Amino acid sequence: MIEQYIPIFLVIGVSVVFSMAVIASSKLFGPQRPDSEKLSTYESGMKPVGGVRERISIKYYLVAMLFIVFDIEVIFVYPWGVEFKKLLGEQGISALVPMIIFLVVLELGYLYVYKKGGLKWD
Amino acid sequence: MNLIPIEYYLILSAFMFAVGVTGVLIRKNAIVVFMCIELMLNSGNLALVAFSSYMGSSAGQIFVFFVMTVAAAEAAVGLAIIIAIFRNKLTVNIDEINIFKW
Amino acid sequence: MNIYDIVFYLFAAITLASAFVVVTARNIIYSAFSLLFTFFGIAGLYVLLGADFIAVVQLMVYVGGILVLILFGVMLTNKITSVQIKTGTLQVIPAILGTALMAGVLIKIFTGTNWHSQMAQYPTKTTAYALGHILLTDYVLIFELLGILLLIALIGAATIARKEEKAS
Repeated sequence: MIEQYIPIFLVIGVSVVFSMAVIASSKLFGPQRPDSEKLSTYESGMKPVGGVRERISIKYYLVAMLFIVFDIEVIFVYPWGVEFKKLLGEQGISALVPMIIFLVVLELGYLYVYKKGGLKWD
Repeated sequence: MNLIPIEYYLILSAFMFAVGVTGVLIRKNAIVVFMCIELMLNSGNLALVAFSSYMGSSAGQIFVFFVMTVAAAEAAVGLAIIIAIFRNKLTVNIDEINIFKW
Repeated sequence: MNIYDIVFYLFAAITLASAFVVVTARNIIYSAFSLLFTFFGIAGLYVLLGADFIAVVQLMVYVGGILVLILFGVMLTNKITSVQIKTGTLQVIPAILGTALMAGVLIKIFTGTNWHSQMAQYPTKTTAYALGHILLTDYVLIFELLGILLLIALIGAATIARKEEKAS
């Protein structure tokens, strides 16, 4: 039943209310005496370089794309994993075959990107 | 007990699909068009899951898996193409990308 | 008005409102972040429909994967000046008329059909078991084909993105 999910709603509600309350209370009760030094960008003590809207490198895109492919792999492996015992009882050891083929096919893609140097960070 | 009729989910999915189609038709930026395609795929997924759970069969949810996989593949390749076009033309506005016209 | 109605209207409102923001926002960053709330609202509706595993997968794949990829796309394609990140619209009136007609027809079909309009049974345990079983028995060929599709997508996207880096 949906009542099982009440704790999740509570966690979401508490996190939203808590984070908003913390920010709002520091805004409301804290003394505010801004000067130009306080308002300047803090970059770990260094002088800030460049703007925030700079274009990022294509290397990050490759990493994100690899992540999404193996994310999909995980969502297929998980239901197979929880059901594996029953499948093993029904089909014997051949229950392993489809998943091994799937994993090998995806590892081929990983090897391709690795050989092409897509994972090098230079 | 859950007394929401299935029509409510389907109408919500129809509205989301219409919003997605509108976005594809009116927006110029290719990435926003892309997001609107994701909206349409999500509305289709919502209808599939609604049918699956009102029928009491898991097959609809398996189709949602497949749609999500295709959406992920489409996102990876489509955004790579958009980035490649941006590198050449320095724009992602679809009304300025007319390299097939002469 | 029981808890199901409240949850349904809450998530439906989140989903539709943020979908409108995705389409209407002038700034792409706002569009991308309101797409997050759309995905989140859809995940809530999946939970309400008793598809708990699909809801988790929705959060993992769409919010954790595709949305991050879209944000990378935004950051890889904007100009240094922040003016360019705002984009325009074109042919608004005919598009809205056309889609309103389409939505009207769809809703007419949905309300006019006599559906089996009572939820079968809210599942008491996770749907991952049933999904794993059906995936590895009835739909095993499609499962393997999806593996090949992902392989092709990986190779294609890596090739397209890498070639451009060499050129620049």
